[in-house]
Amino acid sequence: MTAQIIGTYIVCLSLIIGSGFILVGVIGLLKFNDPMTRLHAPTKVGTVGIGMLLVASIIHSYDIGEPSTHELLIMAFLFVTAPISANFIAKVNIHRRACDTPPSPPQDETWSTLSVPKTEQET
Amino acid sequence: MILANQFLYVALAITFIALALGQIMSMVRLVLGPTSGDRILALDTMVINALGLVIVLGIQQGVQIYFEVALLIAMLGFVSTVAMARFILRGDIIE
Repeated sequence: MTAQIIGTYIVCLSLIIGSGFILVGVIGLLKFNDPMTRLHAPTKVGTVGIGMLLVASIIHSYDIGEPSTHELLIMAFLFVTAPISANFIAKVNIHRRACDTPPSPPQDETWSTLSVPKTEQET
Repeated sequence: MILANQFLYVALAITFIALALGQIMSMVRLVLGPTSGDRILALDTMVINALGLVIVLGIQQGVQIYFEVALLIAMLGFVSTVAMARFILRGDIIE
């Protein structure tokens, strides 16, 4: 009985930590004034915020007597895909010149994101 | 136990409100967003917030079936984000 009460309190704590991170990330998305800084804020929503909600869901499932850990699948999927989509959005920002162009690389002439093949330049 | 359940009720209400506020704020960024990267990012955040809403609904009702919904939303959100970014980058999704 005592373990159940402690588990319920841990569920409450994880839910409140997760909602705090979600609010921080979304306020950052709304208030920052540069596309690249806006890109950095909502990654916390995807990793820590949803991660804490999933931890709360796992502990709650043990609490009510139907144990299940397959929420870990969602967590692993989100942790793998969040950097990939962030990288794609950063590439869109660089490609559309929405941010400062990065300094030129030491050996080559242009970053691969900004380079245009020869055939497309002529047409 | 009754006190702990009341705390859980309050925490679930706080989380619902935070997620709904998150949806509204990212929708404001979706409408304002000066660049297309911002709009893609706001849509991605809205998908993640919807995922959180589904998870919290599952905690509140104590039902396991919301897990499949959450996994499907996560996969669809990733695929749609990559597809939109790729469409802007290359002008085509599958070349």
